Amino acid sequence: MIFSFDLLINAIISGILIGGFYAAVTAGVSLSFGILDIVNIAHPAFIILGSYVAYIVNTTLGVDPILTAIVAMPLFYVLGAGIYQIYYVAFERRGQESLRGLAFFFGLLFITEVTLVLYFGVDYRYVDARYIGPSWHFGMMDVPFRILVPCLVSLLLITALQLILTKTFIGRAIMAVAQDQLALRLMAVDPIRIKRIAFGISIATASLAGAFLIIIQPVEPSVGREYIGRVFAICVLGGMGSLPGTVIAAMLLGIVESLTSTFYGPSWAPAVSFGFLLLTLAVRPAGLLGR
Amino acid sequence: MRTPLFLLIWLGIAALAYAIAVALGNDYIFFAGYVVLQYVVLATAWNILGGYCGYVNFGSAAFFALGAYSTVAFYKYITENEFYRLPMPVLMLIGGAISGFVGFGMGYLTLRLRGAFFAIATLALAVVLQTLVVNWDYVGGSRGAYIVRPEEIAPIGSYIRYLFLVMLVLAVAAITIARLIEHSRLGYGFATIRDDELAAEACGVPTLKLKLIATTISGALMGMAGAPFPYYIGYLQPASTFGLDYAVNSIAMPLIGGTTSWIGPLIGAVLLGSLQQIATVTISSAVNLLIVGCLLVGFVIVAPNGVVGLVHTYLQRKPEDFVGRRRVGTDSPEAVP
Repeated sequence: MIFSFDLLINAIISGILIGGFYAAVTAGVSLSFGILDIVNIAHPAFIILGSYVAYIVNTTLGVDPILTAIVAMPLFYVLGAGIYQIYYVAFERRGQESLRGLAFFFGLLFITEVTLVLYFGVDYRYVDARYIGPSWHFGMMDVPFRILVPCLVSLLLITALQLILTKTFIGRAIMAVAQDQLALRLMAVDPIRIKRIAFGISIATASLAGAFLIIIQPVEPSVGREYIGRVFAICVLGGMGSLPGTVIAAMLLGIVESLTSTFYGPSWAPAVSFGFLLLTLAVRPAGLLGR
Repeated sequence: MRTPLFLLIWLGIAALAYAIAVALGNDYIFFAGYVVLQYVVLATAWNILGGYCGYVNFGSAAFFALGAYSTVAFYKYITENEFYRLPMPVLMLIGGAISGFVGFGMGYLTLRLRGAFFAIATLALAVVLQTLVVNWDYVGGSRGAYIVRPEEIAPIGSYIRYLFLVMLVLAVAAITIARLIEHSRLGYGFATIRDDELAAEACGVPTLKLKLIATTISGALMGMAGAPFPYYIGYLQPASTFGLDYAVNSIAMPLIGGTTSWIGPLIGAVLLGSLQQIATVTISSAVNLLIVGCLLVGFVIVAPNGVVGLVHTYLQRKPEDFVGRRRVGTDSPEAVP
């Protein structure tokens, strides 16, 4: 196959930028699935919810989607904490999280999607912001702002999360709850409370990721489904709960997907994440930076 | 009850159902009944892996669509080459074999890991198979494929009655297989995996082998349920064949009915399937999916053992009198000290 050099360079750059965005999408799952062992397959649905919140505020008040998302984060936190409480009382405490807990999140995914379809229809929605449209040109490189801005904010978010996890008491308690609940209890910390906080944070990141999503591409309710495979592939490849690993894996997946869609056509891109996932599970289940 | 007697009784019930449908004389009954029966097969198939082994499969739609698309591929091949027309049962066996094989492959790659990985991998499988089908022009790609349904078939009359009958037989077969598994060594093996896989492994239960058997049987039954679907619908399109409604229904039905025995998925599928048929006609198809989602979440929270569990609590009997086997560890108090 003949391919031009600038096509290759541009594919790699857009892959890295998209990878930054994927990192924000996956950060929540790295927290919930990677650290807390809660298989929240409804996470993409919350991301879509974030997209629609950004969309509604943007079209009615004209506020910047990222700003909206940051303001909405506490709301998402409360939503997440509430969902964890239900999950804990109904499943985790009874030891039924494997089968019924999964079905619960699957149902949540489904309810969110159908409700959005009923309310907004299946039309694609998009937002307006100053950085959507223009792009930077360096020689043959082409960097669209609509992907660059989410990528940079996403890296900020990941850094902030990493600092919270490693430097603050709550963050360390979250890391500890993954390792030994009993020991945490002996330190007079309530593991359920810590898990609730962590799950709330995980859902709060979905608000921001949703805003990024609708900045990058038009959104309709079932778009989230494409992200399920991606999100879990990145989470597993990154080493289940390691945020630096998540960023590396996300960029890797972004580059491979972008190369695939540049040289084989965009209709093949969704298969890439699954290939990644299966390969990781078969070869190195611990991931790149596994604990 | 012995299996031959069980089979005979259910064949009798099936014959009765068919006779009633014929007596009503309206072909719509057959169209609606076909969908309900299809869900009986899907729910029972899902339950063999999900209910008996405790491994959640989100990719029912993928296995179902595999069966459907294998029929489309053979249909194309036959019409282009003017080859002998394969009868429906043969097409179903082919679809079942392909789905079973894919189920085996999936299981082999992911079942050695924790259960959650298998669930996620099945979810991703649906996306990938859809990508493959969308890019496969021979079966119509994203445009979809048309299948011309024959008007009549020799002894039975209209073709939809034939499809209904085929699905009825498959549903009886699926239920019988599920019950047979439940009361065999295989079923006890499955139950040990569900209750405590580590302990089962330590006692010498060949867990990986059993799980692979379960995925293969379950996948094959789903593929068989999908094989006649192109003839039923007439126009097959990837987006709807891989739709989330098959996945959510085949999970919701066993969980609402009760997962520990063959009767749970049957109850769930008949209840929920009929409800959906009524809701689709009277309200709208989007609303009926919302109903399914809400019922699923509601049931897993409030009635973890489904309708069967509710009936047991109501009758104040111990489950083993009716179900045959008690779930260990479901109602244990706090797992964490």
